[in-house]
Amino acid sequence: MQAFLPGSGSLRRVRYGLTDVAVILGALVLLAVIARFGSESFVAFTPPRNVPTISLDPHMLPGYAVRSTLRMFIALVASFAFTFVYGYAAAHNRYAERVLIPALDILQSVPVLGFLSITITGFIALFPGSLLGLEAAAIFAIFTSQVWNMTFSFYQSLRTLPQDLVEATAAYGLSPWERFVRLEVPAGTIGLVWNAMMSFGGGWFFLAASEAISVLNSNFTLPGIGSYVAVAVKAQNMPALGWAVLTMAVTILLVDQLFWRPLVAWSDKFRLEQSASAEPPQSWLYDLLRRSRVPHAFGRVTQPVGDVLSRGLAVLSRVRPRPAGRASSPLVDRAYDAVILLAVLGLIYYIVEQRILTGVGVGEIGHVALLGLVTLTRVVVLLIVATLVWTPIGVTIGLSPTLTRRAQPIALFLASFPANFIFPFATLAFIRLHLSINFGSILLMALGAQWYILFNTIAGASSVPTDLREMTDDIGLGGWQRWRRLIIPAIFSSWVTGGTWNASIVSEVVSWGSTTLVATGLGSYITEATTKGDWPRIWLGVSVMSLYVVGINRLFWRRLYRLAETRYHL
Amino acid sequence: MSEALITAEHVSKRFPLPEGKGEFTALEDVEVTVARGEVVALLGRSGSGKSTLLRIMAGLIPASDGSVRNGDAVLLGPNPDVGMVFQSFALLPWLTVIENVELGLEARGIGRTERMKRALRAIDLVGLDGFETAYPRELSGGMKQRVGFSRALVVEPKVLFLDEPFSALDVLTAENLRGEIDDLWNAKTFPAQAILLVTHNIEEAVFLADRVIVLGANPGRVRGEVAVDLPRPHNRTSPRFKELVDRLYEVMTNPSLDMARAWEPADAPAPAAAPRSPYARPLPHVRVGTISGLLELIVESGDDAQEVARLADRLALPVDDLLAILDAAVLLGFAVVSEGDVRTTEAGRDFANATIQHSKDIFRHQVLASAPIVATIAKTLTEKENRAMRGDFFLDLLDEYYPAEEARRQFQTAVEWGRYAELFEYDAEDDRLFGSDTLVAAQVAAQTTT
Repeated sequence: MQAFLPGSGSLRRVRYGLTDVAVILGALVLLAVIARFGSESFVAFTPPRNVPTISLDPHMLPGYAVRSTLRMFIALVASFAFTFVYGYAAAHNRYAERVLIPALDILQSVPVLGFLSITITGFIALFPGSLLGLEAAAIFAIFTSQVWNMTFSFYQSLRTLPQDLVEATAAYGLSPWERFVRLEVPAGTIGLVWNAMMSFGGGWFFLAASEAISVLNSNFTLPGIGSYVAVAVKAQNMPALGWAVLTMAVTILLVDQLFWRPLVAWSDKFRLEQSASAEPPQSWLYDLLRRSRVPHAFGRVTQPVGDVLSRGLAVLSRVRPRPAGRASSPLVDRAYDAVILLAVLGLIYYIVEQRILTGVGVGEIGHVALLGLVTLTRVVVLLIVATLVWTPIGVTIGLSPTLTRRAQPIALFLASFPANFIFPFATLAFIRLHLSINFGSILLMALGAQWYILFNTIAGASSVPTDLREMTDDIGLGGWQRWRRLIIPAIFSSWVTGGTWNASIVSEVVSWGSTTLVATGLGSYITEATTKGDWPRIWLGVSVMSLYVVGINRLFWRRLYRLAETRYHL
Repeated sequence: MSEALITAEHVSKRFPLPEGKGEFTALEDVEVTVARGEVVALLGRSGSGKSTLLRIMAGLIPASDGSVRNGDAVLLGPNPDVGMVFQSFALLPWLTVIENVELGLEARGIGRTERMKRALRAIDLVGLDGFETAYPRELSGGMKQRVGFSRALVVEPKVLFLDEPFSALDVLTAENLRGEIDDLWNAKTFPAQAILLVTHNIEEAVFLADRVIVLGANPGRVRGEVAVDLPRPHNRTSPRFKELVDRLYEVMTNPSLDMARAWEPADAPAPAAAPRSPYARPLPHVRVGTISGLLELIVESGDDAQEVARLADRLALPVDDLLAILDAAVLLGFAVVSEGDVRTTEAGRDFANATIQHSKDIFRHQVLASAPIVATIAKTLTEKENRAMRGDFFLDLLDEYYPAEEARRQFQTAVEWGRYAELFEYDAEDDRLFGSDTLVAAQVAAQTTT
């Protein structure tokens, strides 16, 4: 027992050791790498004469990977900042909430690459003569792929704060700032980190797509691993593609080991349950940092500054107590609703009249809706086939604890590996085998989406309580009956996750060298409109796709979620 | 009386019912004063608004009418002179013990070294030294509540507010901690000048408090108060202690008893006037099996009459739970409670001894006779041609009389009782109630029309 008692340990002077040297060296290397490659964003860029070139020399790949990773992290930081502001406002202001939450729902449904198509020219115009515009556009695309999930997660945790903790912070006179730091952010941390990690994995896909994009009939390439792949495809350089895939895999693994694992291990202390977790997440780097004196020393140096800052913010954010009984008037509420309704109608009118109908006829809207139906069919076929293929595999893995422990990280890795790195290989196969891209694009979408299904199925199956499995064995429930009565209900809520639409924009148009395969569908429609810079069609395509996603979410997924929560909740 | 520290003056609290169906009164015209040097207990059953009153006096929620006076000032926000201990401990799981204790000091802008010094002293006071850097999840329930006390005492509040601080702990741990807090108070070096305790535990109130204020329910109001005229520490074995506990049991089991008359031998009270609508008579939230379990226990003891206080002891059941079961037994005509004793009726003895099928018949008969919500639902269903109705329909009706959460619980209890009595079935998925077969329907018709 004595060993666990604190006091002596925290006061003891420990000599700086090997771990500290390692930590200091690591930090220095990290800073050097960031400085070296970050500065390249400021090189001149005056299209069409002065465009950055991509070298296919494999030695350049690590540098490209670092630049791409930097983009990912800048987007991540921006996502966190946005999440805190937006989520806080939505949770604390009733009026803000009524606008912000439905808006979030819509924004979440707009395909990420649609955002990119619509905003990229604006970003380029924002920083004339520099790569920063393109950088900003790519970062924005990644940002939009991460931020909505994170914001929802934070908002949800703010809305479900335990009442007794809220009362305790009020009873002990914590100011809004102190409450934010002490209660609200910690309570949201686990959900936020988990969501950030999953969306970060998805972000690689959009990074690769946004580094090399054709807009307004010109090709924009931003030095990075994604554009490297694009150039290699054009040059039909198979070895270079192989190197790129390898580099990407190493990058994902490094980011996982050096960033996400330590973060997840650290965030475990923010669990709201009052009991210890059975298997706390582990990270060698987190253990190293905890053993090292360097972070402590750094903390001691910065502590006085931090104290003054947080004290200042606490005083500034303190609100004067207001007399009770400030009930909201229903009249104000109704007026507010009316204003919002008018604003939304105005926005819809603006988009339809000023952005879409200026260039396309009403008839085209019907045509695009049909294209949407084609793409929808692909998504549905993909979902059914991937489910039929991967559910039995996932369940087999999930029911065995040892297999789960080994397979879960692999599934997660495959899910975050950007499928568009594999597209060129598949495209080549389609060309050789004369497979129509109209079917092939389903396979391309599956390259990314199937791993999420596998990952979620494993998670669902591994959470089936042992006693229920023993019971089915005991009463001799086997085969299909066992699936129908136990397994399908048990994994149902894990399976219910959507989101394959984004992939359609990229997977319906693929190329190898000078050969380009175009599938009929809404995704290819948007891609072609973006390439030509056909604004009305970009707007139309993106709007229709968003409508499809919103509609299917409302009509289908939302109901499944409710069913999953109420009935199939283990 | 010595100097008043915190006073609730004509405090009322109303909560709006859902969909603008009026209001639910949780507290009505309550007056409570806490003076320097005393321990006051607010004793009441669930629904008496005792925790609401505590929160209003702590400035956590505003009163609908009336005001709280803190010293000379009228309270507008969280009361700075109060340290609060929560039933659920309310510790931040990501802060260590000492960081949790320092929380209130930090909010007051006290410097790091001073904070640490005072926190260590407070931790030492409740016997937690050695656990300063432990996280709450490493501690047992009793240890967690010690942190809760330490966090409240470190700010040296004028009044310590205790919101059922021992009820989340097991019996022995609660007893131990209760004794230690009492010792600290009696030692006259207590960091607070007064204590306000909310509890539904009668013994706890008499043991800790100098004054016990009894709150009644529907709406929450002060029924009266009892001075605990014993030397501190209050000796549990003294006859006067037992007498006070017994009397308070009697008051608590008889919601309509006039407190002033409780101290003289009184006849069974006149039942309260029946409310107008069947939906306005709440069901106690008790499972049928629990009622029959209690009745069997009384019958098997061979003694028809049992003292409620002893029964609570024997069952080691929270008093609030026991009282709810007794309420249900009395409502259904299975038992009568008078002068702190509970007696089984003939129906009650039959019910306890019957086979499953027969006990269902007895239960059905009693429910139709005396549980108006269930009887009305059964009647409505038999009158419908297809004998089916949406549960929402009845929930909406209940919403008119209860806050949303309570309406839902009333509905659940009604469904549980009705199902057991085989009066109706309920399909939770479609939220649909189905009336029972013709034989039962005839009984429903016969019993509910008379």
